[in-house]
Amino acid sequence: MAGEPVYYKEVTMIETENLTKVFKIKKGEDIPAVVGLTLSVTEGEVFGFLGPNGAGKTTTVRMLTSLIGATSGSARVNGFVVGEEDQEIRRSVGILTESPGLYERLSASKNLEIYANLYDVDDVDKQVGKYLQMLGLWSRRDDLVGSFSKGMRQKLSIARSLLHEPRLLFLDEPTSNLDPESARLVRLFIEDLRSQGRTIFMCTHNLNEADQLCDRIGIIRTQLITVDTPTNLRRKIFGRKVVFHLREINPGWSSLISSLAGVQEVECVDQKLVVALEDPEMTNPQIIRILVEGGADVQFVGELRHPLEDIYLQTMREPERKAENL
Amino acid sequence: MNHILTIIDKEWAEVFKNKMVLFTMIFLPLTFTALPLVMLFITNQAMGDITSTSMADVPVEFLAVCGSNMTGGECMQIYIINQFLLLFMMVPVIIPVTIAAYSIVGEKTTHSLEPLLATPLTTTELLAGKCLAAGLPAIIVGWISFGLFLLGLPILGVSRAVISYIISPTWLLAILIGGPLMAVASVNFAIYISSRVSDPRVAEQISALLIVPILGLMFAQIAGVIVVNVIVMLSFIGGMILFDIGMIYLGATIFQRETILTRWK
Repeated sequence: MAGEPVYYKEVTMIETENLTKVFKIKKGEDIPAVVGLTLSVTEGEVFGFLGPNGAGKTTTVRMLTSLIGATSGSARVNGFVVGEEDQEIRRSVGILTESPGLYERLSASKNLEIYANLYDVDDVDKQVGKYLQMLGLWSRRDDLVGSFSKGMRQKLSIARSLLHEPRLLFLDEPTSNLDPESARLVRLFIEDLRSQGRTIFMCTHNLNEADQLCDRIGIIRTQLITVDTPTNLRRKIFGRKVVFHLREINPGWSSLISSLAGVQEVECVDQKLVVALEDPEMTNPQIIRILVEGGADVQFVGELRHPLEDIYLQTMREPERKAENL
Repeated sequence: MNHILTIIDKEWAEVFKNKMVLFTMIFLPLTFTALPLVMLFITNQAMGDITSTSMADVPVEFLAVCGSNMTGGECMQIYIINQFLLLFMMVPVIIPVTIAAYSIVGEKTTHSLEPLLATPLTTTELLAGKCLAAGLPAIIVGWISFGLFLLGLPILGVSRAVISYIISPTWLLAILIGGPLMAVASVNFAIYISSRVSDPRVAEQISALLIVPILGLMFAQIAGVIVVNVIVMLSFIGGMILFDIGMIYLGATIFQRETILTRWK
C-alpha cells in the first residue's frame, strides 16, 4: 500500500485519575501519601517522577504495579485496571524496586532463573543468558550475589525486571548509591531501553539524570505539582534567556535592545548581555544586527539553560510561597 | 504448579546453602532416634531377661495396651517406648519451624519480598511454596528417623512382641500421618507469625511456643492421663485435619500483601 499515509495511534500506557493513597496508622490517624494524582504516560515515553523523600513516589509505583491498593481514584496500566486486573498488570510490567532485594546466597544466574520461572518465561536459559551478557555479568553468572558490588547488584536487578520483556518498566531510583561509573552504565542502559521503544516510569532524586533521560517530568509532593517536558518547565519558570558574549560592553546597547518587540528584560553581567525573550528565534537576528551595527564584537551566543535543579527547587518552593501570600 | 515448584526450589537453594541449618536438620532427628534406642538398650541390660519381669511392675493403664501375650518386661519397654512416640511426632514440627518463621519476615528484612510480590505469583502459590519447602524435608527426615529407629530395634535385641507393637497401626498412623499433619499446622502457624511481625527473631520465638501443646501431651502420657492407642490417634488425626484446614484458610485470608510491605510495627 505504498503512498498511503501511516497513522500511529498514541497508546496510553499509564493513566491515573485522582489516584489517592492514605495510610491508616492508628484509629483516626491517617497519613496521606498520594493525593489526587492525575497523569498519563504514553508508549515509548521516559517519564521522570521527582520529589523529596516521602513525597509519594514509591507509593505511586507500588499502586501502579498492583503491590498496594489505592484508597480512591482509578488507574489503568498497560490497559489493565488497577485493583481489578492486578495479575495481568504484574505479568505485563517490569519493576526495579528501590532496594535490589536479591538472594545473596544464590548465584546471579539462579536469581534470574527464579524470576524467569515466576514470570513464566518460555526459554528461561536463553533469557537469563541474554540479559547477563547484555549487562556485562556473564563472566560472574555462577558467583554468589553476596560477593557483588552495588553496581553489579543494580544491573542484576535491572536484568531481573526485563526477563519477561515488559513494554512498561518502573524504575525506582535506578542509580541511587552507585559510583559515577556504574551510574553512567545504568543510564546508558536506560537510554538503550528507550531506543527499543519501551515505556519507562522512573523515580529519581538525580536531577541531571532526569534531565538527560526523561521526555517529561512530574514533580510531586503528596500532590502532583507540575508535569511537563524539562524544556517547557524551564520556559514556564524562568522564561527564555539568551546570552550574548561580547568583547566589550556598551551600556547604550542595552536600551537599544530593550526597545525591540518581544524583549522582556536586558541585563549586563560582566562582558555579557543576558536578554529575556518571548521568541528568541525571531528576535536574536535583530539583536545581533543592532550589536554588530553598534560596533560590538559578538564572540558567541547561546540560550541560558537553567539546570533542572533550579526548576525543581523553584517548583517545590512555589506552594510554600503561595501559602505565605494567602 | 510451576510457581510453587519455583518457590520450593528457591527456598531449598537458599536454606541448604547454610550448613548450620543442614546440621540442625540432621542432628535433632538423629538424637531423637538414638534416645529411645539407648533407653531400650539400657532396659535390656538392666532387666537381663525381660521375659521374666513381672506384670506387677507395669502401670495399670498399660496392661490393656500390652495384651496378654507379653511379659512384664516387654510391657515395661512398650511403656517406655510409648513416651518417645510424641518425640518422633515432634521431629517434623520442630525442624521446619525456624525455616518457616523466617520465610516471610526474612524476605521482608532483606527487601526481596517486594520484587517477589511484584511477579504474577499468587498469595496461595507463595504460601503453598513456602509451606511445602519448610515442611517436606522435615516430614521426610521424620520418616527416615523412624526408619532408622526400626532398623536399630532388632540390632539391639528387642523382642519380636515389642517390634510388632511399634509397627502397629497406632505408631504407623502417628508417624506417617499424625506427624506430617502436625508439621503442616506448625509450618502454617510459623508462616502466619512470620507475615505478622517485622523481626525474624520475634517470629522464631513466637513459633517456638508450638512445642508447648506437644510437651503437654507428652507429660499427660507420662502421668498416665492419656494412653495413646488407635482410637486416640484417629481422633487426634481427625482433629489435626480440621485444624490444618483452618490454619491454611486463616493464613491465606490474613496474608495482606500491602500490610506486609508497608507496615513496620
